[in-house]
Amino acid sequence: MNDKPKISIRELTKVFYKKQGSTTAIERISVDIAEGEFVCLVGPSGCGKTTLLRIIAGLEKQSAGRFDIQKSGADRPGQSMVFQEKGLLPWLTVEENVAFGLNMRHLPKSYVKEKTQYFLAKVGLEKFAKMYPKELSGGMKQRVSIARAFANDPEILLMDEPFGALDEQNRFILQEELLSIWSETKKTVLFITHSIDEALYLSDRVLLMSAQPGRIAADVRIDLPRPRKLEDIRSNPDMTAAFSKIWQHLQEEVQGSRE
Amino acid sequence: MKILHNPVETEKQEWKKERKRQKAKTALTVFSPLFLLLIWEFLSRSGLIDARFFPPPTAIAATFVDMLVSGELFGHIRISLFRIFVGFLLGAIPGIILGLFMGLYAPIRHFLSPLIMALMPIPTLALLPIILILFGIGETSKVVTIAGSVFFPVVINTAAGVVSIDSMYLDVAKNYGASRKDFFFKIALPGSLPFMLEGVQMGQAIALLTIVAAEMMGARSGIGYLIWTSYNAFLLKDMFVGLILISFFGYLFSLLLRALQRKLLPWR
Repeated sequence: MNDKPKISIRELTKVFYKKQGSTTAIERISVDIAEGEFVCLVGPSGCGKTTLLRIIAGLEKQSAGRFDIQKSGADRPGQSMVFQEKGLLPWLTVEENVAFGLNMRHLPKSYVKEKTQYFLAKVGLEKFAKMYPKELSGGMKQRVSIARAFANDPEILLMDEPFGALDEQNRFILQEELLSIWSETKKTVLFITHSIDEALYLSDRVLLMSAQPGRIAADVRIDLPRPRKLEDIRSNPDMTAAFSKIWQHLQEEVQGSRE
Repeated sequence: MKILHNPVETEKQEWKKERKRQKAKTALTVFSPLFLLLIWEFLSRSGLIDARFFPPPTAIAATFVDMLVSGELFGHIRISLFRIFVGFLLGAIPGIILGLFMGLYAPIRHFLSPLIMALMPIPTLALLPIILILFGIGETSKVVTIAGSVFFPVVINTAAGVVSIDSMYLDVAKNYGASRKDFFFKIALPGSLPFMLEGVQMGQAIALLTIVAAEMMGARSGIGYLIWTSYNAFLLKDMFVGLILISFFGYLFSLLLRALQRKLLPWR
């Protein structure tokens, strides 16, 4: 182990400039995330959490500041993203979607096949390997997305409300599956959600963001042993306290942005 | 009042009724052309319409068989199909390639769009005199005329297809590090394929319209030539054979392209 942070973000700022004026989406965000940490970003909608993730994902360029991802191997990709719904390529089969990242890196066929099979089995979709996304349910699609990101074996995983469009039952199941794969690989994860329950259940740390311009308003540790059970979180007094703390913060932010 | 409780039987009756309705609809589709032919036959035979201009369908069918047996028809069909096929490929392939580049690279799109938009409304047939001057009266001019009219719907639809690809898919490609070449073949090409094939379908229909007109004006063979000369010689039965052939091939081509669409787009 080294004590250098896996992700270090320094003074990261993004301004969107338009003719009508500019808006600061995120302002001077500085945060360190340790190797293997599961971190949830929680904040009111429009607080810039997606902007932050998109910058780290290389889909957007910051206006100022910098971020570094600690590399452990030269041939490993820095990050892979699990997108919100619709993140699968509709013209590729389930199998080809899982293999997408590996194929883009032009890795040997046998390796790609082995990895793809492994992660398809992990998410329980071997039988659906030859199907197209349109034939899958929302939960199955997100399983494929998760398999695709893990199969790519990146330094860090980025997730942008991957379960936001699912019904509650499916969300619970997928959260559990995600934790099970994660505990095996111990990837560093940065996960966006607007559900406090989800954040408490999944993460080691919750970063609370304030709205417009987005800043890190609070950094809450979730010291709950794993594997966790949903019922435990509901009955644990510390978690109830954490829940109300986050809840109050969100309410204040939403109120504040109205005035 | 006694309530009958037999849900399966009730649903079975409903299902049977629904089946009957479906069959009736299919029957109507087959019936409508037959009905038209029957009326035509009756009107023509009874002298209510002039049989010299509208010969009865049975007589046209007889002429069709005669022309088939004498081998006269094959020559015309072969040369027309050849022109359509070559012209179609010559228009569609550059259309697809240019369309992809226009869709992918904004500078190319902005540079070429006004040119294409300006040229598109001019019917290729109106350019036939110029085409004849440039390419002579041989096969080349016919093929070029068809290629010209197929090119436009294909290039416009392909470019629109690339532009319409959901930005989410572009993000996925970028995030997973797709190279320029992979982006072209794994994202742009498959992503624009549905639009592109619609363009090809339109191009096919236009190719058929164009070949007839082109052969009427400057050819010594082909289905268009057959229609035109038969009309001039007042052999209207022969002319109708030509018209029916065009209708048949139009239908056949669109069926083939639909099949190709299903084959190429299993994910739709």
